[in-house]
Amino acid sequence: MRVTLHVWRQKNARSEGKLVTYQVPQVDPDMSFLEMLDVLNEELVGKGEEPIAFDYDCREGICGTCSLVINGRPHGPEGGAATCQVYMRNFHDGDEIYIEPWRARAFPLIKDLVVDRSAFDRVIQAGGFVSVNTGGTPDGNTLPIAKTTQEKAMDAAACIGCGACVAACPNASAMLFVAAKVSHLGLLPQGQPERARRARKMVAQMDAEGFGNCSNYFECEAACPKEISVEFIAWMNRDYLKARLTEPDTVTPGMGAKVGPSPVAGHDATAKKHPVA
Amino acid sequence: MFRSSIGRKALMAVTGFGLLGYVIVHMIGNLQVYQGPDALNAYAKMLKGMATLLWGARLTLLVLFAAHVYLGVALYRENRAARPIGYVRFQYEQASVATRTMLLSGLVILAFVIFHLLHFTFAAVQPEYAEWKDPAGRPDVYAMVVHGFRNPVITTSYVVAQLFLGLHLYHAVPSMFQSVGLKHPRYNPLIRTLGVVIPLVIVAGNVSMPLSILFGIVGTSVGG
Amino acid sequence: MELDAKVPGGPLETKWERYRSDVKLVSPGNKRKYKVLIVGTGLAGAAAAATLAELGYGVEVFTFHDSPRRAHSIAAQGGINAAKNYQNDGDSVWRLFYDTLKGGDFRSREANVYRLAEVSLNIIDQCVAQGVPFAREYGGLLANRSFGGAQVSRTFYCRGQTGQQLLLGAYQALSRQVGEGRIALHTYAEMLDLIVDDRKAQGIVVRDLRTGAIRSYTGDAVILATGGYSNVFYLSTNAAGCNVTATFRAYKRGAAFANPCYTQIHPTCIPVRGDYQKKLTLMSESLRNDGRVWVPKESADRRPPDQVPDPDRDYYLERMYPSYGNLAPRDIASRAAKKVCDEGRGVGEGGRGVYLDFQDAMARAGEAVIREKYGNLFDMYHEITGEDPYRVPMRIYPAPHYTMGGLWVDYNLMSNLPGLFVLGEANFSDHGANRLGASALMQGLADGYFIISYTIGSYLATKKAGRLAADAAACRQTEQEVKQRISRILSIKGKRTATSIHHELGKLLWDRCGMARNEQGLKKALQGIPALREEFWHNVSVPGDGDDLNQALEYAGRVADYLEFAELLCLDALTRNESCGGHFREEHQTLEGEARRDDEQYSFVSAWEYAGPDKSPALNKEPLRFQRVHPSERSYK
Ligand SMILES: Cc1cc2nc3c(=O)[nH]c(=O)nc-3n(C[C@H](O)[C@H](O)[C@H](O)COP(=O)(O)OP(=O)(O)OC[C@H]3O[C@@H](n4cnc5c(N)ncnc54)[C@H](O)[C@@H]3O)c2cc1C
Repeated sequence: MRVTLHVWRQKNARSEGKLVTYQVPQVDPDMSFLEMLDVLNEELVGKGEEPIAFDYDCREGICGTCSLVINGRPHGPEGGAATCQVYMRNFHDGDEIYIEPWRARAFPLIKDLVVDRSAFDRVIQAGGFVSVNTGGTPDGNTLPIAKTTQEKAMDAAACIGCGACVAACPNASAMLFVAAKVSHLGLLPQGQPERARRARKMVAQMDAEGFGNCSNYFECEAACPKEISVEFIAWMNRDYLKARLTEPDTVTPGMGAKVGPSPVAGHDATAKKHPVA
Repeated sequence: MFRSSIGRKALMAVTGFGLLGYVIVHMIGNLQVYQGPDALNAYAKMLKGMATLLWGARLTLLVLFAAHVYLGVALYRENRAARPIGYVRFQYEQASVATRTMLLSGLVILAFVIFHLLHFTFAAVQPEYAEWKDPAGRPDVYAMVVHGFRNPVITTSYVVAQLFLGLHLYHAVPSMFQSVGLKHPRYNPLIRTLGVVIPLVIVAGNVSMPLSILFGIVGTSVGG
Repeated sequence: MELDAKVPGGPLETKWERYRSDVKLVSPGNKRKYKVLIVGTGLAGAAAAATLAELGYGVEVFTFHDSPRRAHSIAAQGGINAAKNYQNDGDSVWRLFYDTLKGGDFRSREANVYRLAEVSLNIIDQCVAQGVPFAREYGGLLANRSFGGAQVSRTFYCRGQTGQQLLLGAYQALSRQVGEGRIALHTYAEMLDLIVDDRKAQGIVVRDLRTGAIRSYTGDAVILATGGYSNVFYLSTNAAGCNVTATFRAYKRGAAFANPCYTQIHPTCIPVRGDYQKKLTLMSESLRNDGRVWVPKESADRRPPDQVPDPDRDYYLERMYPSYGNLAPRDIASRAAKKVCDEGRGVGEGGRGVYLDFQDAMARAGEAVIREKYGNLFDMYHEITGEDPYRVPMRIYPAPHYTMGGLWVDYNLMSNLPGLFVLGEANFSDHGANRLGASALMQGLADGYFIISYTIGSYLATKKAGRLAADAAACRQTEQEVKQRISRILSIKGKRTATSIHHELGKLLWDRCGMARNEQGLKKALQGIPALREEFWHNVSVPGDGDDLNQALEYAGRVADYLEFAELLCLDALTRNESCGGHFREEHQTLEGEARRDDEQYSFVSAWEYAGPDKSPALNKEPLRFQRVHPSERSYK
């Protein structure tokens, strides 16, 4: 089959971008979407043209590296799949396919279809963990955890950090990503001591990164390759409000990941915003 | 707290909840139009009689309303800013029309509320209303209402506004629960049901009055 | 070259304990003065970074990925071993140790493996405390599953996403330190060379993939946790970005590369389709519990599978290994598949595939049971191939999956270059010639959480804190070389893509140095590789420049390293004139076609030393001495 692609090309963050049209004349329906782009790129490189930059790594839907808004849908037409798991069988001969990058202020574009998602890392750095050092932990079976609790925590923990939730949200909100982590850890007994603090810090950092607010469109849920439920957002809302109403004020917005001098000499402050100019 | 995204969404939900409560009470009060002039005018008189309560309620409403509108617009602007460059193609997957038009329906309701206040409360649209008294010497709210809704243009605008209110509530009711995190697998079906039933009841109740007046089912006692 | 494994004395069972009591410590106040550079944020790197930073060392972390969470460890599915004996089925540290050593065909260092088994106990506790949602029983306690090569149930898992959850645990621990300002994290940072001065590893040269900027970073020690090199075969189950660059560059700066020919080919992968694929997908080994592997008896038989009656089918694993049947170990199952396909009996595209058939299992247990057990795997297969495995048998074929070889390290996990430590899949230490399922995750976390924290002290305590200035001659020199190499690649402007050359290299290796190897084939490969290298350096096309994100350039640099490294791999395979584990030399097999080890002559680690361009590398041997175990023949009949 043959498809026509309209691909967002942009040399770097500073330059202007535009949609460029490419023909891919020989597409095997058994190809994955990314393999189809590989074939196009091979052709471009063979001609000495710069290939289309796009992110990928594991190609089995777990690393969260791949992205792409395909015909207006993050990760393309198949539900519950990352772009690398989308096959050309889902398209038809003669299709016009629009390929755009994740669009969000908090995800600055680096090149073509590649965006910088380090805002997610900074949200985790602000509080998405259980503060235990290595060693000295109790035996794994000390605390029994109900199977249902563990399964629910796992549903949330399945997040691959791809950013499709942000890309799909008309507000470019990161609530589903943040909620998944807040819920994963907040559901487990190990996460209790820091539960309130975690929710507050992560939300503060999320806000500081410039993501939008949640208007309950639930587009994130539809786009999530791991089908993480928006129920976790409700869960986080409650947890956060409870934390704000019952805990003393020690967290101010934006103070999540520390900015400023670090004891490690000579490094670029890692938690600064948008490291790419 | 109310600088955070979640805090403000919660505030949106709480103010919305307050306004919803008012809308329901307002509707129940107005439904007395079906009991005839005496009931409605007595009700209006009673309200007027409780000045502190009335003004307290009005003030609260004003604050709720202002906060709700302000937050709605502020969040909207922030959300636009969160995506400075939009998509050439974008396809919604599950957001309903109601969800996608919250700002629009909200603004229509705002405009309607202003019109409604001017119309009946301040009698600015039809100034003669302020003078009308019923046989008992009370302000003749009943006649005012009947007279107002015999005008097809006014009735139509009320009906349209109510449809927008319904649309707004169709998203707002379940959304309220989501935003403050009052959800539970056991009660989620109930929340979904409320999300349909509440807007339906409100729209039906509010629309029935002007329509039954327009079509001459109610208010025949009032002269042309 | 002197290869001192520095294995502590005393009985095997108490070596690690004694080591920990005796090792020199760095005082808390002094730790801050030392800086450790860590390359890689997989299980090994992230765990090490978090732990060392918690201890108070100055830590800088580098990954070429956009986030530490993308490391390939994220893709591990099955599980992680630990000798917890929660199932009360007779597991013990000794048993895990012995299984791992035997699984590795007695080609690993006994003391390292024993320590790994010991430390496995702590790993699970650590991960649970971090909030890793391991599968649980209804009673709330941890669940286990069984894995190949063991008779006990000791594998802990999180659905089919164990690697993901373990990595997120380590990533979160790392992130905590970043948030607290104790780790400087560099993403999009690809290490392109090692800075060696005064015969010590003192820093690395890094390219910022977004800006193309080349910079030196120096420290008191360098830790490489950069994963394995299966992608030298072009097609493997590894993520596209996995590479040999970091370890190979270190090799060229003097670190010994050990046992490069020990590569693991996993038997159950989805066969190659077309020539556009960049990677292959693993189908869990667990499928072989219920699926029966077969090919037609006759090579001319081209009937669709459902029309081949039972008598015309060859259930070859059941025939060849009656007691293990379809559950024969990985290396053995892989070779058997290759054998039947070589006979022309393979199925599917190019005749490179065998059936994995669930019809009997479905007839016996019902489709619902199979669906419940393997539903997600069946769906995945369906999605990729477009075929419904409930109706048509799956087609599978072996594919490169894991590399046991890696940089040589001593008991301290330090290479022969002082100051250079190597953790995880990047080192060679624990799996010998074959790795058992669910033990790579265990090793990565053992190295990162529980071993390096002690052993790095043994080096730093003897070293005065202080590092090379970033503009020292050694740094400038190394940077210069990196820059020259990049401009050379960009200036070729030839006709061929790096992909096509890599593809060709992969095919050559797969044919000559894949599941089965022989002298003649290896010699052919050793002739073919330099020619391909020539082709690359004269005819590769890498568009764009080096000043911003250039994925073609990144990739070409990795391919250039594979083109050199492949030669080392084949040379090692040629030199190791025996069969062991994943290294099968056709000349050395038993009458039944099984691998035949030669302990008399080959019970050693091959540690290759770079000798300079166009010179054959030097072979150094670390003899393997077994204190407690007597190597025996591995039989799975
Ligand atoms: C499909 C699949 C399934 C598996 N399932 C299991 C399983 O069930 N159980 C099990 O025990 N094992 C399993 N394994 C093996 C196991 O996942 C790996 O061996 C292990 O995760 C490797 O961890 P690592 O930390 O050594 O390296 P990796 O996780 O590969 O991390 C390498 C890191 O190094 C960085 N890096 C590499 N080169 C450079 C460079 N030049 N510059 C900067 N950074 C660099 C990368 O960015 C990355 O952060 C599986 C492997 C595969 C492929």
